[in-house]
Amino acid sequence: MPAKTATGQDRSRLLIIGIGNEFRSDDGVGLRIARELTALLPPETKIIQGSGEGASLIESWNAFESVIIIDAVKSGALPGRIHRFDAVASTVPVGFFNYSSHAFSVAEAIEVSRALGSLPSSLLIYGIEGKSFSNGTELTPEVLRSAVEVKNLILEDIKTITMKSAVTK
Amino acid sequence: MRSRTIKVDMLARVEGEGGLFVKIKNRSVVDVKLRIFEPPRFFEAFLRDRDFQEAPDITARICGICPIAYQMSSIHAMESACGVKIEGTLRELRRLLYCGEWIESHALHIYLLHAPDFLGYEDAIRMAKDYPDAVKQGLKLKKIGNDLVTFLGGREIHPINARVGGFYKAPTRKELMALVEPLKWAQEAAVETVKLVATFNFPDFEQDYEFVALRHPDEYPLCEGRLVSNRGLDIDIVDYEKHFEEQHIEHSTSLHSVHIGSGAYHVGPLARYNLNYDRLTPAARRAAETVKLGEVCKNPFKSIIVRSVETVFACEEALRIINQYEPPEKSYIDITPRAGVGYGCTEAPRGILYHRYRIDDSGNIKEAKIVPPTSQNQKIIESDLYQFVKNNMALSNDKLTWLCEQAVRNYDPCISCSCHFLKLHIEQE
Repeated sequence: MPAKTATGQDRSRLLIIGIGNEFRSDDGVGLRIARELTALLPPETKIIQGSGEGASLIESWNAFESVIIIDAVKSGALPGRIHRFDAVASTVPVGFFNYSSHAFSVAEAIEVSRALGSLPSSLLIYGIEGKSFSNGTELTPEVLRSAVEVKNLILEDIKTITMKSAVTK
Repeated sequence: MRSRTIKVDMLARVEGEGGLFVKIKNRSVVDVKLRIFEPPRFFEAFLRDRDFQEAPDITARICGICPIAYQMSSIHAMESACGVKIEGTLRELRRLLYCGEWIESHALHIYLLHAPDFLGYEDAIRMAKDYPDAVKQGLKLKKIGNDLVTFLGGREIHPINARVGGFYKAPTRKELMALVEPLKWAQEAAVETVKLVATFNFPDFEQDYEFVALRHPDEYPLCEGRLVSNRGLDIDIVDYEKHFEEQHIEHSTSLHSVHIGSGAYHVGPLARYNLNYDRLTPAARRAAETVKLGEVCKNPFKSIIVRSVETVFACEEALRIINQYEPPEKSYIDITPRAGVGYGCTEAPRGILYHRYRIDDSGNIKEAKIVPPTSQNQKIIESDLYQFVKNNMALSNDKLTWLCEQAVRNYDPCISCSCHFLKLHIEQE
């Protein structure tokens, strides 16, 4: 049985959210991966590209059972480093998305959603350590390499999610 | 000599990057700075030599929260340059789109950014644990505004459907009617919001502000009107730059705007409300009366109540427009550019947003000037901080810092918007 939302509606299966600013070099990596996945996945797969404004994020994942978020991060690790974590199991590390200039960011959206009990059953976060956040539309080589890897990891995740979902049905 | 400093390096719950600094010496406030260090963005320069039809889509990129305001100010400016005035259904559709932005922006600020200050929470996360229903109501309200902007604007962020002359595509009546039920819920929720926020405790603080807002003969202002103030200003927007000028201040990457001859002035919900109370729609006025807000509100901390009243207005106005809607024969008027200067001034959620463009006879932009609301409010924010700290010296540093941050958030400043331009000065030896 698909999980139910707070309002009792069936939650659809999977939502992929790419976040970033395509005009700020590596900050655009989440959007780029989301675009590339759109070409690889069946058309019914819901994929959105966003700026990372938190309040809309909470609403966007309200009707989904599994959500995967992809964003650039700046945590001090080496450029290109891939951070992957399960946001249902643990809280988002403080300062993880600290490049956001939004008043209400991705990390806050996840934690408010947790407090409201509206997190999806599975919420995977891919953070790719950026090197350059200056003006530009190109990714740095380190981040470009990681983008390919993250795309493949997500395709594997989707297989697992689809299998789990088939078993629970 | 005793000195005391109140300092917040990075203000939370505001759009963009800024901080505040207050210095007290011998029980007097000697320095107040709203520090803005968000990088400048040079929009006015790269608009030059672009086509006049591109201005709405380029300037919408200045802000992810209030792109409609940028589209509307630039569109009106271009139409004024070309000597065209859009009336009827297309004008109504623009108001409808703007209502969506007000609902979205006000709901975000009321519930997620400003309410935690009054309820004693560091952020919306902690507030959500104790007030889940209020936060859920705020998120739902915001989503209805988002949905309206997404539908009419063509996409969720950086909308693309508005153009000089009208819209690329106009909705059908059936499509718009689907928004009626959510908007009815939103109007009720906004009325409840007014009642909720009116129960908050407000610091006893008022200043003798000069309020500046648009005023229209028949409507609560969104896209058009004369610029008026409570001190007798009453001008056509064409004369804006004869009365207001921008100054470069060292501690801020955004320009400070002043009323020539009198200094700081106040734009935004409080200014609109005080100058246009008689133009509020019936349910919005009833909501204000229910909580005894009065016809004039000078306490900036109570801007949260005024924002809630304006949210009622935006829902009510959106419903009126949808209920009367008949699709236009064509979604836009063809406009032939002509050489000239055009002016646009509309009411962004945070206050007036002024645009001026000079275009040539083939429609190329030769000069652009943009004055966002946050540039205009910066001086008043600093003046509030100065007066507020002066009146509350007895408070502990923690408490005073908290209230100072709250005083900045009274204006819902959008620092990203205010830094769209900077005059660069490079000193070399």
